[in-house]
Amino acid sequence: MTSSHGPKATPPNRQRLTEVTVRLAGDSGDGIQVAGSQLTATSALAGNDVATFPDYPAEIRAPAGTLPGVSGFQLQFSSHDVRTPGDRPDALVAFNPAALRVNLPELKRGGVLIVNEDAFDETSLKKAGYSRNPLDGDELSEYRLFRVPLTRLTREALADSGLTTRQVDRCKNFFALGILYWLYSRNVEPTVGWLREKFARRPELARANEKALRAGYNYAETVGIFQTVYEVPAADFPPGTYRNLDGNEAVALALATVAQKSGLKVVLGSYPITPASTILHRASRLARFGVLTFQAEDEIAAVGAAVGASFAGALGVSTTSGPGMVLKSEIIGLAGMVELPLLVIDVQRAGPSTGMPTKTEQADLLMALYGRHGELPLPVFAAGSPGDCFWTVLEAARVAIRFRTPVIVLSEGYLASGAEPWRVPDPEEIEPIDPGFLVDAAEFSGVYARDPRTLARPWIKPGTPGLEHRIGGLEKNEKGEVSYDPANHERMVRLRAAKLEAIARELPPAKLDQGEEGDDLLVLGWGGTYGAVSEAVARLRDRGRRVASLNLRHLNPLPRGLGELIQKFSKVLVPELNSGQLQRVLEATFHRPLDGLHKIQGQPFRVYEIEERAEAMLGAQP
Amino acid sequence: MNPTGAPGLRKKDFASDQEVRWCPGCGDYAILNAVQTVFAELGLPRERFVVVSGIGCASRFPYYVETYGFHTVHGRAPTFATGVKLANPELSVWVITGDGDALAIGGNHLIHALRRNVDVNILLFNNRIYGLTKGQYSPTSERGKRTPSSPDGSLDRPFNPVSVALGANATFVARSIDRFGAHLRAVLKRAAEHRGASFVEIYQNCNIFNDGAFAPLTDRDGRHENVLYLEHGKPMRFGKALERGIAIGPDGLPRIVDADKDDAAVLIHDESQESPATAFMLGQMSPPEFPLPIGVLRAVQAPVFDREHASRMERAAATPGPDLAELLRGPNPWRV
Repeated sequence: MTSSHGPKATPPNRQRLTEVTVRLAGDSGDGIQVAGSQLTATSALAGNDVATFPDYPAEIRAPAGTLPGVSGFQLQFSSHDVRTPGDRPDALVAFNPAALRVNLPELKRGGVLIVNEDAFDETSLKKAGYSRNPLDGDELSEYRLFRVPLTRLTREALADSGLTTRQVDRCKNFFALGILYWLYSRNVEPTVGWLREKFARRPELARANEKALRAGYNYAETVGIFQTVYEVPAADFPPGTYRNLDGNEAVALALATVAQKSGLKVVLGSYPITPASTILHRASRLARFGVLTFQAEDEIAAVGAAVGASFAGALGVSTTSGPGMVLKSEIIGLAGMVELPLLVIDVQRAGPSTGMPTKTEQADLLMALYGRHGELPLPVFAAGSPGDCFWTVLEAARVAIRFRTPVIVLSEGYLASGAEPWRVPDPEEIEPIDPGFLVDAAEFSGVYARDPRTLARPWIKPGTPGLEHRIGGLEKNEKGEVSYDPANHERMVRLRAAKLEAIARELPPAKLDQGEEGDDLLVLGWGGTYGAVSEAVARLRDRGRRVASLNLRHLNPLPRGLGELIQKFSKVLVPELNSGQLQRVLEATFHRPLDGLHKIQGQPFRVYEIEERAEAMLGAQP
Repeated sequence: MNPTGAPGLRKKDFASDQEVRWCPGCGDYAILNAVQTVFAELGLPRERFVVVSGIGCASRFPYYVETYGFHTVHGRAPTFATGVKLANPELSVWVITGDGDALAIGGNHLIHALRRNVDVNILLFNNRIYGLTKGQYSPTSERGKRTPSSPDGSLDRPFNPVSVALGANATFVARSIDRFGAHLRAVLKRAAEHRGASFVEIYQNCNIFNDGAFAPLTDRDGRHENVLYLEHGKPMRFGKALERGIAIGPDGLPRIVDADKDDAAVLIHDESQESPATAFMLGQMSPPEFPLPIGVLRAVQAPVFDREHASRMERAAATPGPDLAELLRGPNPWRV
């Protein structure tokens, strides 16, 4: 780099910000997700609160430079509590014209726009649908444009690396990352450490990426391209140990915790499907904690093995996404019929059918609630944030074991790969789980004899002498004898349903997250809309608006007192990433019309979308 | 299997209190009888047995055996059985299935349980018809079969279950017939002793919808003229006086020879051949051209899926590594 020998540029202004949203975008082969994850990890280590949103195409490698091939990663880091990956980015790094075209509409006016000008050649411009180079005209004049010859500078920096041009070019994401580290006053060392560990067996690649990272940082400093650099001070977290955690990793950690806290072997039967697969990947490294993973031949076999394992005295778990959930439904019905513990985790994605497999949605709620033949209400829980996936799965396992029932956990693509700082719990503080196996034949009074409090039947491990018994999908009486008696069938259907009431008695009652009863509006969401809803309501409340919010984790049974609580509000808004599934359930349950906000674009809510709708419902400020 | 439990159980100890509700004259009774007898002879305590079934007449089986039992959903019994073994490899797990259950809706799970070599015993009751749904043709029905769903004769070409199992590289493949009680019990015992997946096809007469399907094999003459009893290490001879034998012709295909004249040409049965080629050839033979080979066609050793999982778990637990607290903290925690 010639410029590094020149005189130092004027030192830039240093400006403190409380929050920043950055988006990186390029080809799916550009290393966007890796660079984004590193900026996230470094920001978290610097004490910021962070939230991320990886948004990538379904194709492993879509044709280079095309609009469908654009991969994006957005993160928000902040010195206060952040609940979403941010709305409109303050800064956008576009690795090619297609990335610019797809992402520019989102960039804030006056935002930082860093482009790899080397990639704006005629072919790439054409692929992105530009008739002329947007860098040359004045169409980008509303942004702070920085034209960086990223490819050329990376090649110069790595001229003596001994790597091929192709290998060198793949380091340009780290050059760009170096520029961002300078711009946001980040320390490069954690990423250098990560590179050395990641490429322990390819030290030449570690060195090259490190060099690119430092070169990018030095380039930004010495060329002085930025008049202003930013600092985002550490957030004020409650004391504790923290780590960065995405939703699927949180699920895997919860499974290890369940195994350790219950003494049960956890048998995870799964079949690869986006965006649930990484749960299987992570869990397959947890054998030492008692988690056995079985990659089945299909979704049906995956859940069948899980139920077989539960019958044999382990905790059966099956992880999947929407289309896989459909295939599992018959066996989930059987597990409910034979009343065995089972955990089914559905990481929802945009459907129906293959839909948009890498995009997020909340449209499996009605399937989770009703998607079985016959009548078999089952517990359905939803996670509100990546870290909350841990606690939701842990609670679901507790309920499944205690009440001998399948429990469905709804996660979302948005939570699965999104990350946030997570306060690490001390395992000692997590209550043990008692599987409560029946071992004494003298206490046995029937396969489906019920505990009067929980309505749970006994769980008996095959291998226990004197308690041999048969279960199956046919209707039966309490003793477990097959029965076609009409009155018995009605009684058994009602008994299985009544288990939900027993579960509701042990779950916490409905409670507002923010605001008070009698506020002018209640925003009532579920699952992963938690972040956007609570952020929007917090902003509205900061402006003096009387708005309350509530996020539902328990979709079935609904929390006690929810109906009464809703009646305290004259206006209720239910935002969902579907066409109104929770809204429909609540309206039918509580016999009152509600307002819905429905987004069906494969994208999470932006905070402003909820804010604007709430403002419109509230009307002019009094 | 370890017979230390040897509790001196008898056949009647494996009879549950449920009324058996198969049609009078059904071949399933004989198979139930054989299974209960063999269970009592295996020297395992009763609570160690688990019988898993899918859907169909055969799949009512678990209700009638006084052990642990699970009547599951159509075609998926091998998946539940796999889960049972993954949770507890010490259990003796028996999958009871029919030709429709195992080869139509459950074909996928059957081949995968066999290829993985899960230590389960799969008994496929083959009556070449759908009984419980009242007489439609099954995946083993002969082409041209007239049934309520094929009034002009079915166009389907049938599966040969033994070929399917061998194609999935099953480590134990055998065949027997409901009417041949002693033979069936001996085969079931061999299946129980095999470590890994055992596949036993049992020809079973449905006297309501497909009566006499196997009569040419089981009637007075048929059992001598049309059946080849395979025994490891013994020449493949058949006929009333074992006067005929199976040899390989110059074209590489099986042929029938006069065993007394051409004794040296008669094949010696070797069930332990690593290559499934001969077993496959035998499995394809059937009357009228050839006698039907019954007995153990293949018995070889291979790593056992559930045992390997169990040892992997044990090794992982014994290897020094992070505890739960460290796992939760992850590689890069920070303190506030």
